[in-house]
Amino acid sequence: MSDTPIPPKGRGPLAKREARLAWGLLAPTIISVSLVVILPLLAIFWISVKPIGLADLRPPTLSVNEQLRDADEAEPYIRYRVRNTSQDIALTSARFSDMFPEGAEPGAVPEGCTYEARTLTCDLGEVEAGGRSEIRVPIIADDPEAMEDPLEDSEPDVVVKAPNILTNFEFTGENFARVFDGGEFWQVLWVTLLYTIFGTIGALVMGLFAAMLLNKSFRGQGILRGLYLFPYVAPVIAVAFTWVTLFDPFSGSANALLIQMGVTSEAINFFGQRPLALIMVIVFEIWRYFPLSFLFILARMQSIDTDMYEAADMDGASPFQKFWYLSLPQLVGILSVLFLLRFIWTFNKFDDIFLLTGGNAGTRTLTVNVYEQAFAISNIGAGAAVAVVIFACLIVFSVFFFKWISREEGL
Amino acid sequence: MSFLWRGTLTAPLLGALWMLVVATTVAVGFSFATGEAFRPSVLLCLLWGAVVGLGAVFRLGSVSMFGAVIGLAGVTLAGVGPMVIGADVGPVAGWGAAIALGMAFAMSFWAIVAELKPGALTRHEFEAAVIRFLTGFGYIFFTAIVVIPFYVMVMTSLKNQQALMQNPLDFSIELSRGWELFRSYAELFGQYDFGRYLWTSFYISCLTVFITLLFSVPGAYAVARLRFNGRAAFSRSILLIYMVPMIVLALPIYIAFSQMGLRNTVFGIVLIYPVTTIPVALYMLQGYFRGLPAEVEEAGLMDGLSRLAVIWKITLPLALPALASVSLYVFMIAWNEFLLAFMLLDDPSKFTLTRAVTSLNSSEVPRQHLMAGAVIATVPIMALFLGLEKFMTKGLTAGSVKG
Repeated sequence: MSDTPIPPKGRGPLAKREARLAWGLLAPTIISVSLVVILPLLAIFWISVKPIGLADLRPPTLSVNEQLRDADEAEPYIRYRVRNTSQDIALTSARFSDMFPEGAEPGAVPEGCTYEARTLTCDLGEVEAGGRSEIRVPIIADDPEAMEDPLEDSEPDVVVKAPNILTNFEFTGENFARVFDGGEFWQVLWVTLLYTIFGTIGALVMGLFAAMLLNKSFRGQGILRGLYLFPYVAPVIAVAFTWVTLFDPFSGSANALLIQMGVTSEAINFFGQRPLALIMVIVFEIWRYFPLSFLFILARMQSIDTDMYEAADMDGASPFQKFWYLSLPQLVGILSVLFLLRFIWTFNKFDDIFLLTGGNAGTRTLTVNVYEQAFAISNIGAGAAVAVVIFACLIVFSVFFFKWISREEGL
Repeated sequence: MSFLWRGTLTAPLLGALWMLVVATTVAVGFSFATGEAFRPSVLLCLLWGAVVGLGAVFRLGSVSMFGAVIGLAGVTLAGVGPMVIGADVGPVAGWGAAIALGMAFAMSFWAIVAELKPGALTRHEFEAAVIRFLTGFGYIFFTAIVVIPFYVMVMTSLKNQQALMQNPLDFSIELSRGWELFRSYAELFGQYDFGRYLWTSFYISCLTVFITLLFSVPGAYAVARLRFNGRAAFSRSILLIYMVPMIVLALPIYIAFSQMGLRNTVFGIVLIYPVTTIPVALYMLQGYFRGLPAEVEEAGLMDGLSRLAVIWKITLPLALPALASVSLYVFMIAWNEFLLAFMLLDDPSKFTLTRAVTSLNSSEVPRQHLMAGAVIATVPIMALFLGLEKFMTKGLTAGSVKG
């Protein structure tokens, strides 16, 4: 490759065309990723300073209930019962329109309404919070009773203007105050760090051990390698529920086994008591992700030059010496990359803990806290505030990541 | 450590530890297979292991190995062996377990201490024996921790609630039940509509793979081959985006989807899944494209093909194995995805498989149904994985450590 000509400096027309093509090829990705990643990331900052509950996502609207009354009497009429669904937000410019079927006409059009092209449109103006009203429209029809279904089947169209909490300029610092309030946040952060550090190191050490076992060729090596990848490849719901079943205090096999072996005399609630639940969750994390480190370390091991080991053999190095002085230094690069990446991903992990314990028994990490705040306590704003904290941590990690990884992997 | 470098010390020590490992393994194995009571006795394990270990260094060879098998089986049956057999265990299971223990221990242990002599050992001999011990332990340990959960998953799905509560240890298959064994599967497909979920998950995953490739192939090519300002920055931002936690994005997505009426629609899911996989796929593919020889493409350009034609006619056919591994990897992510499906889908008719299995996790649904659901979700991805392992492992290693 040494005779490859150096590309010309400066930007000629060809280079410009190439750059244009490149951006063109990247455009779909950039657009879609901005829409679904960048935009939500900005949104999360916005939401985190707004007082939003889960219920606010359903904006207040006008409920219109339509009924044909007195169909068997002389003066049948349609009754529209109108109600503002919100108890604390007034609606403005409220109006609804309803189609009339063939064979029925309004006898008289009430005040504020118009009838045109078989459509009755009623303007209600402002409807106060929790406000109700009723509009009666007399009906002229040959056979009013037969018209009941056609009349009631046409759902009235409702148009209202309501202030949307998501887009107005009402802000609050309460979400963050709530998140940082009391000792709970530090507890959550502490659990997250424990989970992340032990989960990451455990998975790396186990992966290293497994890789050393399979770093020689023998019959069945391929089968074992496939087998050891199972925990990672299987869907998280399947393995998490299996663990929950396996360690169930009442019908779990693990408890039955431990009792039979005389390790414990009564059933242990593995996922339900502190601090065992946190340990179990970490063990699960190690179990599920050791295959990945194993795969990477094995790949790196197999690319180490064997000459080096032969030379060491000639010099009389013992097996442990060879591992310590030859293999390990070769693996430091991949180990540190894996450590950083796994650290970040374990920090961000949500599914595993959520499925295993739901964040109970002292296993609530930051990610689970997002869900807990937003959906269990129905405070979307507080959930977003926790998400912002996670994102800030991520930024800090990324700085480390690029400082170190760039050196290791030449990115 | 050097005080241990004597055959008469090393062998009994390794023997004691190895006996603990083997006795536990055999006891757990027989407990699961027969549902009866077997357990290792720690003190007796250490004692017998040390005794046999000491014997092994002095009189190596097949005769003494045979003797060890008989001896261990004998003491076990007499009730003073490394493994304690419950009082009400039948004779067949008891004898079987005792002989299995003797054979498993003797055969593996003779291999571990093959090179040990009674006297002083060199550092090499000592370490080699320790490494053989660790290797044996490693194989048993890893195989056990991987196999047991999956075994429990499958076996639980084949049992009924009553049998489960009665003896959670009994995983023997009652063949006498015939097709009744698969009752929970039949009920999942019959009453719980799992056929539909399987299909939904399948086509969502396929669509995700297709859309991801459609977006990431041109993008990856541009990053790998074309020169433009901001290429390095772009390459990094891909990595960065690939690290943004889904739970952070899930809230705004939930809100936006609620407002736009996209929640509870398969369309919304298909919209969102590819975006989570495009950065991964792009990153993997650009690495592969970089490895392809640029000369072939340049020759194509010289012959008058346009860039797009070069990508279509030269690069893609060359990159087929990479496309296969990326597709498999993306398929796996989409198939296994839980969080978004869980948050965005409430309507049972639109569930994906993972969402449907989650809904089985309630006290009203028997455990074996949940486990059968887990098996149904696992089997397709496992079949794919075992069938195309070469591509899959490649995809995993190239895909960094997303998970």
